[in-house]
Amino acid sequence: MDHLYKLEAQSVYILREAYREFKSLCMLWSIGKDSTVMLWLARKAFFGHVPIPLVHIDTHYKIPEMIEYRDHFALEWNLNMIYGENCEALAGKLTFPDGNTDRITCCKYLKSEALKHTLSGEWPRYRMDHELRRYVQDEGRDPYTGVIVGVRADEEGSRSKERYFSPRDKDNVWDVGDQPPEFWNQFKTDFAPGTHVRIHPLLDWTEQNIWEYIEREKIPVVSLYFNQGEGIRYRSLGCYPCTNPVNSEARTVPEIIDELKSGKFSNIAERSGRAQDAEDGGLETLRRDGYM
Amino acid sequence: MSGRAQMNIVIVGHVDHGKSTVIGRLLADTGTLPKGKLEAVRESCRRNSKPFEYAFLLDALKDEQAQGITIDMARCFFKTAARDYIIIDAPGHIEFLKNMITGASRADSALLVIDADEGIKENSKRHGQMMSMLGVKQVTVLANKMDLVGFSEEVFEKLKTDYTAFLSQINVTPISFIPVSAREGDNIASISQRMPWYKGFTVLEQLDQFVSDKELEEKPFRFPVQDIYKFTRSNDDRRIIAGTVAAGSVQVGDEVLFLPSGKTSVIQSVESFNTAPKGRSTAGEPAGFTLTTQIYIRPGELMVKPSDPKPEVGSRFRVNLFWLGRAPMIRQKEYKLKLGSARATVRLAEICTTLDASDLTSSKSKQQIDCRDVSECILETTRPIAFDTTVISEATGRFVIVDNYEIAGGGSVVENLSAGESLLQQHIRDRESHWEAGLIRAEQRAEVNRHRAKFIVFTGVPGTGKRVVAKALEQGLFLNGMSAYYLGVANINRGLDADLGSRADSAGERLRRIGELARILTDAGLLFITTIDDADDYDIETLKALNEPNDILVVNMGENGFLRYQSDLQVPHLDDLADAVKQVTDLLKSREIIMDYQI
Repeated sequence: MDHLYKLEAQSVYILREAYREFKSLCMLWSIGKDSTVMLWLARKAFFGHVPIPLVHIDTHYKIPEMIEYRDHFALEWNLNMIYGENCEALAGKLTFPDGNTDRITCCKYLKSEALKHTLSGEWPRYRMDHELRRYVQDEGRDPYTGVIVGVRADEEGSRSKERYFSPRDKDNVWDVGDQPPEFWNQFKTDFAPGTHVRIHPLLDWTEQNIWEYIEREKIPVVSLYFNQGEGIRYRSLGCYPCTNPVNSEARTVPEIIDELKSGKFSNIAERSGRAQDAEDGGLETLRRDGYM
Repeated sequence: MSGRAQMNIVIVGHVDHGKSTVIGRLLADTGTLPKGKLEAVRESCRRNSKPFEYAFLLDALKDEQAQGITIDMARCFFKTAARDYIIIDAPGHIEFLKNMITGASRADSALLVIDADEGIKENSKRHGQMMSMLGVKQVTVLANKMDLVGFSEEVFEKLKTDYTAFLSQINVTPISFIPVSAREGDNIASISQRMPWYKGFTVLEQLDQFVSDKELEEKPFRFPVQDIYKFTRSNDDRRIIAGTVAAGSVQVGDEVLFLPSGKTSVIQSVESFNTAPKGRSTAGEPAGFTLTTQIYIRPGELMVKPSDPKPEVGSRFRVNLFWLGRAPMIRQKEYKLKLGSARATVRLAEICTTLDASDLTSSKSKQQIDCRDVSECILETTRPIAFDTTVISEATGRFVIVDNYEIAGGGSVVENLSAGESLLQQHIRDRESHWEAGLIRAEQRAEVNRHRAKFIVFTGVPGTGKRVVAKALEQGLFLNGMSAYYLGVANINRGLDADLGSRADSAGERLRRIGELARILTDAGLLFITTIDDADDYDIETLKALNEPNDILVVNMGENGFLRYQSDLQVPHLDDLADAVKQVTDLLKSREIIMDYQI
């Protein structure tokens, strides 16, 4: 078995374990390449089906292609698709693009807060109605006790400390210094009332593995990842005011893989185009606060 | 590249013996650091006026740097000509044993770092022992900081002799010893000129010598059933047995046996998504199978081939166990055991010996297993599970123990002891020998009540209408003047079982309480009616035993979860409520529990 098959096997095992053990489970789908691979792995794990709701946090500053792509595959793959948002911050224009907050605070409002309250069920959830082919407010308000997240250990320092099954307490706090042990493929699947567990099936994947798997499986990804002729492409996707494309000629998946392996990106951090990481505290501060 | 071989290695050892420095050096010397990383760390050291150390490369987290110790295993990647490595740093500090185990359990091989100057310390020994417990077979010992002992062959040889003597006591043989100075780079990527007496491999050469992949495919077929899927709502009628093949292989047409239930069937198809059609599945693969017959099995069973050597099935076994929990493991308590895909309620039945891993003193008189103890002891599950005593794969011979939501221990099964009297049998014997009866005999109650006492249990999968029939039966009996009582199991959850909360390890205790209730209520002369979802042979045998000396009557509705146990009545479908109730009352009449003229 080659390395990609091993990664796939472990991720499938983790997804099935999560599905078996958590009654109220969801998977975060950011529309990016990683969580799209994760969604594909769920189709592998469940033989073409995705019996887990997919949750997307819509900041309303996502690049429009991302939302088109999300809704297209939500319908095509018969996904139980849910989105949430911070309607108060959006209505009050408490955002960075509106000039009223810094980047980190904007992330906190539009992503961390929206995520926290969407997961807990305190704020409205919108579900794709497959007959009406549009979103309707969801009646389900139960908090999700298992949240599947597509983080990778190689992305950034704090993520390398994660477990496959990582508990969060009532306040969403991740106690990085005192995490449960994980061995012999036995994970933390028991949790006290009020707490929840984040599940990380992609922890051992690298950026290159992700692209190699996309190539092997022919997984459709957002066109923004490819150079459309202007010599630029996105390497990591986020909100348009804070995400910059990189200069790249790569038009296809094999060209991206080539670029990562030997070309210009082999030694440059993937999230270098994400402006919020550069601010004080950066991703680690956000993550302690519940950012994925 | 994905086609390249990959190996997980772990670096362990006592605190400050230089694990992080070894890793920093491996990353730097193989040229696998991201561009600018080394410079950034050097720059940060310069700004903070402290000497640069390779270990700083790994200190990714703020609070870790604040404490100056590695608190968790960080994952780094590096490449040699031979293969890719994922290198797992494991903290040496004793407080972080959980993290060390988490890291080490994922490793194919280990580098155990000992400070040549400071010598063998508590965690040098403890980590050596943990490598053995975790099943990491390939261990190389690095005698680090050789620069501090003048690159002395004598110091190296003494450390080698002493540590080999220690390891032999716990049946571990290291692959090799290498004298290094991680800070200076001696014998890491290139052979040291300063230790001409050393003729062995450098660390990188040694790593490339390690053997990857255990030969699981050649072993007997083992498939822990992780789940059973049927996505009927998405118009998919396949009933798929899902899991990961732990060892061996299986193909379409093979006869398979499920343990502990003992059911058999034949593989009809190998299922997968977005692959070429498969007829076979081998070790390591996430798989799905359909069977030629519709048998009722549950997640947690072990699927094997009857033609292979069979695993053990039992509920009482001798184990080697290490304990990580803050609270000690004690005898009066129930825990949850997870072995492969099986989950069971487990108790500590006996402690044979307990070993203090730091000084290897053993005790035969300890009454509990404390944090960081390694113990040989006897465990007992409330229901049998299937397992292997010789290690075929981690999934069939190694288990973890959950105490109050947390994984608190782990170990491997050494011997099946199921022939002895179980804790349940001991409990019932003890209870009955002390039972204080009133002055009224069961026959007297039956005469006055005009019916005998009976514990009537409705079983079957959820959603078969068990409760509807149970309640209608209670009503019918009651309106005919009989002392019948229906108990909704959910009522117990918030009442009698309120102390158990949502705890994972409470399934056995919940069942015991229903059995004890039945013993009391049937003693009071009642027709006591309740329902149990998904009951199998062991659930019913447990309830039957707990209810003794009184009688039990089992009505199964829908799919039958029993293999050996013969239910007294089988109702395939609930078509007509009155008819279902009549079938039960007819049976009660024929068994002379109630009299004919009463209804």
